Amino acid sequence: MSYIRKPKFQHPELDENEIGLTRRDYEGTLTTLCGGCGHDSISAAIIQAAAEMSLEPHKVAKISGIGCSSKIPSYFLSKAHGFNSVHGRMPSVATGANIANKDLFYVGISGDGDSASIGLGQFCHIVRRRINMLYIVANNGTYGLTKGQLSATADLGSKTKSGEESLYDNIDMATLAIELGASFVARSFSGDKQQLIPLLQAGLTHKGFAFIDVISPCVTFNNTDFSTHGYKNTWENYIALSEVDFVPMRKEITTAYDAGKDKEITLHDGSVIHLHKTGTDYDPYDKENALHHINEHKKQGKIATGLLYINQSTSDLHELQDTVDKPFNSLGNHDLCPGNEVLKDINETFR
Amino acid sequence: MKPTNITDPDYFHKVVDCQWACPAHTPVPEYIRLIAEKRYTDAYMINWQSNVFPGILGRTCDRPCEPACRRGRIEQGEQPVAICRLKRVAADYKSDIRDRIPQVPKKKNGRHIALVGAGPASLTVARDLLPLGYEITLFERDKLSGGAMRTQIPRFRLPGEVLEEELHYILDMGVNCRFGEEITSMKDLLAEDYDAIFVGTGAPLGKHLDLPGYQEAKENIHTGIEWLASVAFEHIDSIGKKVIVLGGGNTAMDCCRTSKRLGGDEVTVVVRSGFDEMKASPWEIEDAMNEDIPIINFHVPKEYIIENGKLVAMAFEKVKKEYDENGRRLLTPTGEDPVIIPCDDVLCAIGQDNSFPWIERDLGIEFDKWELPVLDKTTFQSTHERVFFGGDAALGPDNIITAVAHGHDAALSIHLLCNKEDINVRPNPLTSLDSQKMGIHQWSYDNDISNDVRYIVPHAAKEQTLNDINMEVELGFDEALAFGETMRCLNCDVQTVFTDQLCIECDACVDICPTDCITFTANAEESELRENLLAPATNLAQDIYVSDLLTTGRIMAKNEDLCLHCGLCAERCPTSAWDMRKYLFNTAKAENACQS
Repeated sequence: MSYIRKPKFQHPELDENEIGLTRRDYEGTLTTLCGGCGHDSISAAIIQAAAEMSLEPHKVAKISGIGCSSKIPSYFLSKAHGFNSVHGRMPSVATGANIANKDLFYVGISGDGDSASIGLGQFCHIVRRRINMLYIVANNGTYGLTKGQLSATADLGSKTKSGEESLYDNIDMATLAIELGASFVARSFSGDKQQLIPLLQAGLTHKGFAFIDVISPCVTFNNTDFSTHGYKNTWENYIALSEVDFVPMRKEITTAYDAGKDKEITLHDGSVIHLHKTGTDYDPYDKENALHHINEHKKQGKIATGLLYINQSTSDLHELQDTVDKPFNSLGNHDLCPGNEVLKDINETFR
Repeated sequence: MKPTNITDPDYFHKVVDCQWACPAHTPVPEYIRLIAEKRYTDAYMINWQSNVFPGILGRTCDRPCEPACRRGRIEQGEQPVAICRLKRVAADYKSDIRDRIPQVPKKKNGRHIALVGAGPASLTVARDLLPLGYEITLFERDKLSGGAMRTQIPRFRLPGEVLEEELHYILDMGVNCRFGEEITSMKDLLAEDYDAIFVGTGAPLGKHLDLPGYQEAKENIHTGIEWLASVAFEHIDSIGKKVIVLGGGNTAMDCCRTSKRLGGDEVTVVVRSGFDEMKASPWEIEDAMNEDIPIINFHVPKEYIIENGKLVAMAFEKVKKEYDENGRRLLTPTGEDPVIIPCDDVLCAIGQDNSFPWIERDLGIEFDKWELPVLDKTTFQSTHERVFFGGDAALGPDNIITAVAHGHDAALSIHLLCNKEDINVRPNPLTSLDSQKMGIHQWSYDNDISNDVRYIVPHAAKEQTLNDINMEVELGFDEALAFGETMRCLNCDVQTVFTDQLCIECDACVDICPTDCITFTANAEESELRENLLAPATNLAQDIYVSDLLTTGRIMAKNEDLCLHCGLCAERCPTSAWDMRKYLFNTAKAENACQS
């Protein structure tokens, strides 16, 4: 942490977005994470993504569990709603909030400890229930807050700072999410904002459960040459299956795209994801292909990143359950307590 | 772009905008920090070594540092740090400095230097050379020293005791003063066999405005600088009730404010061009206007109007600003009737000239077509090996701080010359670059930037100052105000130093930087790189700090323009690839040369 406040002065030519805010208006409090923590880059990427999309901060809810990762929501969008919940229980709180008000953007932030260990069950069920949200795992392969033990996402053979080797294969959060029915699955790296920001924007816009596994090095406890989650290994081994560009619905497309090399994915609100080929002709609509690619790269010690899988034809929880459209907090007395006549009718259906 | 060479002494010097802009390169942030610590005497001495007259300049400097100040460009409406007023604080609150003044050796080095004109340039030469054992003889045609500092600046801006104090620090070092003695022949002076002669005679000729009626009205038409000198020497103590001051420079401002104090009830300043084109410093214009002196612009003087053989008014033609096809500014008559402004006296402050009637033209000292000596602009040596010029006498009318800078450079040249060294080989500046790190989040400078707006300096009541020509108008900051103002300084001399081998490209610095200075990107030509940064770097006067290639094949590029020197990049950096290091820069002076 730092002893001073971040100076209020900003670049005088910093762009204002469509609602008159600059990127600085999307900041949170000054980080208390270690200097160089990947998680700070994730906050910065979210700040940039939200500013570019002109999100109204009060239309965003940020929810987290416990761990270094779960401190991240403090450091972006201080004007948004927030809930820092119990360890591994972010999915339950997010589900409840989402049911109560489907008009907000939900950003769940968790870590490998929070989601792959204590909260793995919760994670599986929120994916299965298709909550319309963006779920980010800040994945550093270590328990940073308890000083660097191996986490469940640490790769086989990866070593802790004190030299302990991982004897077990890792839980791959991205393949798990694909298998459990997530309709948007991506992987990225905190150090590569060029890729991370459009993925965050696409994930926020995607209707359904969007999951991004972000390799986010723990600079203090897991940034050695023997770790597969450090900066060095990630820079050397991460491979983008395709370059990602995101064009929000209201924005004019100004970049020239080559139809032969680019794949366009139009989201439900008219926003467009452009995928630019980087070698292989990667098809993100094909679930089996996605799993295959991820596993093949892993065998070679590589990390497949980018938009891994997308499926826009699934329904989210609200559609499946036919829930009420209005947020609960805007329902009146009559809606919530429709009276004896209605109760009688309901009871009739059970006779 | 090639990696930045931070060992070039100019690179980090340029980042310290105020120091870079100061002709004498005073280490401004260093003394501002000392003022914040109430170490006024230390702050004063830093100034004294660089600019020789901190108390005088703290009141009268042209302040080239302030428009350069970074604080003034980091946000719309932000104002520069009140550097000049802080300098005065150091002078006002210091304790006795006499034991800190360099010792002058009793045993002289056998060299004898003549200085002509006892203004800031000559006195600086004396200050630099006396401690090295030189014998100095100072000629001044007036009975008192100080030059323009005494004659051109009214006492209500620069009190006599401040002037005397700082003149005497130098005179008391053992100058042979020959005051009241005008040098009338350079030939004779050269024949006296001085090892070097330094000419610091200023630009002593005020310009007249010869218009119809001039001959009849001559009695009541004065040139600004001569009139101000006469007031300073108390030869003049009154002026007519109605006064017109012609001109828009600082001399005009001093003339009108002085007139107001000597009985001028209706004092009017008239300028040919637009108000915003006036040469006077904004704060001097402001002070004049605060004393209810109207400034009329776009009026071109045409005639002195005489009635019964006496000046009664002036006629002006109204003009407007237009631009010709080459974009040149023209003043075109509006065609309206001439404007008549009644007056008893006219003060012409429309410029001043150099004048060297006493330098014979067959001595090998060449003059250019403007009658200025032909000089080397680094050494200040004329075309005669032993003759040097400085101050207004060298390059035409400028300001005190420039004269001081010339004096330092000329003293260095004289010292090299007397030691038979090549005066064109200048010693390197004295620099140091030291880490300010005290702990993980602690720096030995205050990096928490104050959001305060520029503090306003208190003034004495107008009713009092207008009635007493010797009463200082500006009261200066008190200690509390001064402290508040020091906190506004961004410490631009505490440099962000980047070591590329240590960088792990974690982006921590990029994410924390409040003004988007830092970008990791592919290398490119400077023009392209400036566009590719996180926030475009459009201020071409400010450099881009570029690293060597990093592990990912990218480079680090930092836009120096808007860096707040808050140190957060270094605070967040996990590997200390960024460090905050204080860059001290002092120009080499005579004392630093010929040490082998």
